[in-house]
Amino acid sequence: MSASVQKKSADKPGLAQLLSEHGMTRAEYDVLLGVLGREPTMAEFGVAAAMWSEHCSYKSTRVWLKTLPTTGPHVICGPGENAGVIDIGDGQAAVFKIESHNHPSYIEPYQGAATGVGGILRDVFTMGARPIANLNALRFGEPKHPKTKSLVAGVVAGIGGYGNCVGIPTVAGETNFHASYNGNCLVNAMTVGIANKDKIFYSAAAGVGNPVVYVGSKTGRDGIKGATMASVEFDDKAETKKPTVQVGDPFAEKLLIEACLELMATDVIVSIQDMGAAGLTSTSVEMASKGNLGIELDLDKVPQREPNMSAYEIMLSESQERMLMVLKPGREAEAEKIFHKWELDFAIIGKLTNTGHLVCKRSGKTEVDIPVKPLVDQSPMYERPWEPTPAAAEVPATKYPLPKGGTLFTTLQKLMASPDLCSRRWIWEQYDSLIGANTSQGPGGDAAVVRLDGGNKALAMVVDCSPRYCAADPVMGGKQAVVETWRNLCAVGAKPLAITDNMNFGNPEKPRIMGQFVGAVQGIKEACLALDYPVVSGNCSLYNETNGSPILPAPVIGGVGLIADVTKTANIAFKKDGEAIILIGETHGHIGQSLYLREIHGREEGAPPPVHLTAERRHGKFVRNRITEGDITACHDVADGGLLVAVAEMALAGNVGCSLEVESAEAGFWFGEDQARYVVTVKDADDFQLKLEEAGIPHLLLGQTGGNTLAIKGNGAVDISELKALHEGWLPEFMGV
Amino acid sequence: MQAAVIVFPGSNRERDAAKALERAMGKKPLIVWHGDSTLPKVDLIVLPGGFSYGDYLRTGAMAAHSPIMREVVARAKKGVRVWGICNGFQILCETELLPGILLRNASLKFVCRPVTLRVENNDSDFTRLCKPAQEIKTIVAHGDGNYFAEPDVLKKLEDNRQIAFRYLDNPNGSINDIAGVFNKERNVLGHMPHPEDSVEPLHGSTDGAVLFESVARALG
Repeated sequence: MSASVQKKSADKPGLAQLLSEHGMTRAEYDVLLGVLGREPTMAEFGVAAAMWSEHCSYKSTRVWLKTLPTTGPHVICGPGENAGVIDIGDGQAAVFKIESHNHPSYIEPYQGAATGVGGILRDVFTMGARPIANLNALRFGEPKHPKTKSLVAGVVAGIGGYGNCVGIPTVAGETNFHASYNGNCLVNAMTVGIANKDKIFYSAAAGVGNPVVYVGSKTGRDGIKGATMASVEFDDKAETKKPTVQVGDPFAEKLLIEACLELMATDVIVSIQDMGAAGLTSTSVEMASKGNLGIELDLDKVPQREPNMSAYEIMLSESQERMLMVLKPGREAEAEKIFHKWELDFAIIGKLTNTGHLVCKRSGKTEVDIPVKPLVDQSPMYERPWEPTPAAAEVPATKYPLPKGGTLFTTLQKLMASPDLCSRRWIWEQYDSLIGANTSQGPGGDAAVVRLDGGNKALAMVVDCSPRYCAADPVMGGKQAVVETWRNLCAVGAKPLAITDNMNFGNPEKPRIMGQFVGAVQGIKEACLALDYPVVSGNCSLYNETNGSPILPAPVIGGVGLIADVTKTANIAFKKDGEAIILIGETHGHIGQSLYLREIHGREEGAPPPVHLTAERRHGKFVRNRITEGDITACHDVADGGLLVAVAEMALAGNVGCSLEVESAEAGFWFGEDQARYVVTVKDADDFQLKLEEAGIPHLLLGQTGGNTLAIKGNGAVDISELKALHEGWLPEFMGV
Repeated sequence: MQAAVIVFPGSNRERDAAKALERAMGKKPLIVWHGDSTLPKVDLIVLPGGFSYGDYLRTGAMAAHSPIMREVVARAKKGVRVWGICNGFQILCETELLPGILLRNASLKFVCRPVTLRVENNDSDFTRLCKPAQEIKTIVAHGDGNYFAEPDVLKKLEDNRQIAFRYLDNPNGSINDIAGVFNKERNVLGHMPHPEDSVEPLHGSTDGAVLFESVARALG
């Protein structure tokens, strides 16, 4: 299908502008004419444009996403529903998904981020799960950019404002700064919930004649065309798009969660779907489509916040905190009672039909009459041209030794106080990470650990991505994002189970960008297959460009793992003096794309560190088992910043120093970012090294814990308190508080 | 003995409070819905943390006028123990069962972090098992925890030994480092920190348990 706009002589005046405003191509419009067999009404046009937007249709990415591994013995529900569902034993299921709210957050940071949290929460409790934790992955422009500070402040306050009020702990996240996000920040939010395995709720409508019920907040004029806005590039006038951003009401969301979960405990619901992007449009179309049925809606009955809303506006509003449900016939009163108890709107707005059409009436007039199956089946799908990313040259570590006059410690101090490695305390102290009384490990560690009510079982969860790796080598970067979540889960003693992915990329119509996407999918796929770690849900956010300049690609991975006994976990803090520190994994001194290279030498170059999937699998399993057996007293994966940064983070977390006996001043050794590595402290060094040798895993005895300094043989030492002040200081100073 | 936890639509730490109460008392508390205007006979009423009615107005201001709070106020005046935690403290100040008011944090930001409290008065049913000046490691999680009272009110609070806890590391700008206060009779307690989230090893501190154990003992 051609994306070019061809003028046809018979076109209505204004059609070209209408198409452009809705991001629909002329060729797509022709398909719509074919689906309808006539000219669309304005409302029908809006419905089709929203359904066929990149945001809702995944038209550029579907062909590639289909190649990802999505099944496994523990997968109950893979991608395609509101969230992924995995079996975690004892009749329980973990339900989780990650989703982006990038464009809205740039336009209006507080509400954009807040409604991002609200949307992902709804995706999870729609499936019948009580949310137990939120996570987020944030990417902002360079610190010196004039917008960065206000975006950080607004996004963080928005995430906190929503999650804190709803009462779901925000337990983990990541934040990066890079100039490529100056005009387009990334805000990805993830929710994890717990459901009864036998009580998962799906969206497929069933039962001709069954009532279609609207619950939650009223519909207003906010967020109209939000899905369309999210599917185009930004220019200098991004701020003028503020009216397309929704306004969140976390109190309403809290009521909606409790009311839905109360109703779900009965057997009244046939199917349920939240109203997210494209509002009532996508919800009704998806429910009807999955059930192979028609749906008839009387839009007059939709609870409305303001008068005189048109069918177009009602169908495309993205007002928040709303759900659509199909109920068993005759059970409406039971459901209504629960929603009235929670003081939420409850309205029977239509019924299921056998016509296969979505029919919407307004003031007695039929405004929409679209055959659902053709609308969905003929949804555009593009195999966009793509170019592989040219291979980056390897950077030999010897080319960039420690800078003249610098030492290992001055370098370490600079890195620990750099924007991407400094403490994120300023951010996470604004999130209630402890509500629920089940948070075993919150922000600041490798992965969060949240106990499940009623026992010792716990879930570990984490989000990760290294966009600079992905830009240099999308395949390797995609792999690395997956294995970093794997490592982080293993590092707390969890068995990694499955992932959710949030693919943040630029404009897919550019072959170079599409090539990044294709490469990242390939890398994710290889890693998932090698680790038996399937993708169960996800989201794509494309067109992350401003004035033609794309972001560093960010395929953000959210990983979830299982811990059988929450008393048998590890965290990153050194515990006491005199414990052996051991490095697990091989160190080659890979400095290409390292933070050392960027922060110390000002160079963003080279190939990212290679990922060895068999080593990751073997090392991860070893570490996890040793934690469960109680051999390990502290554990940290080696990632951004390399070995010395990892050791320093462990020392700072425990307020315990260490002496490292490796007499080296090589930058590559201390700051290289080789993969598949962990630093651990152990109770019995000899026994532990024997076990490593038996397992055939490379390792190195680094030294031992103790004292108030981080000391390296032959290189001197630095005070832990001094490092801590630098590490904790950057972000509060930058934010001015 | 029976405890009750009042649940407003926006309460969100009621489960945490109920779990901590059950842990200390060996018995589940009653969960009472805000819309009920009658309250069963109970010996302890807990107002949990959260955002009662969304708190888009001043925190706790709407909850203070809910039907159930009329009943809570009446019981408190008859001597029933009433314990407000975080949003519960804000509501108790709004009903004027407790003096003072909770303002926006001095930082203007929500703050969730560990804090250390010093017990200022252990002569109450809530603090009886605490040693004098005992330190309690627990957490705060709030946006509006900056306690304020006029100088004459503060003087009365100090003179009557109505200060329950002070922060050793004031997280919100509270005047005189006040973290929690009693009414004059000391059957009503309100504070911002969350001892219900510091009662078992998983929480990183078990120091909060002593308050629940004190109240459990008082209830017999």
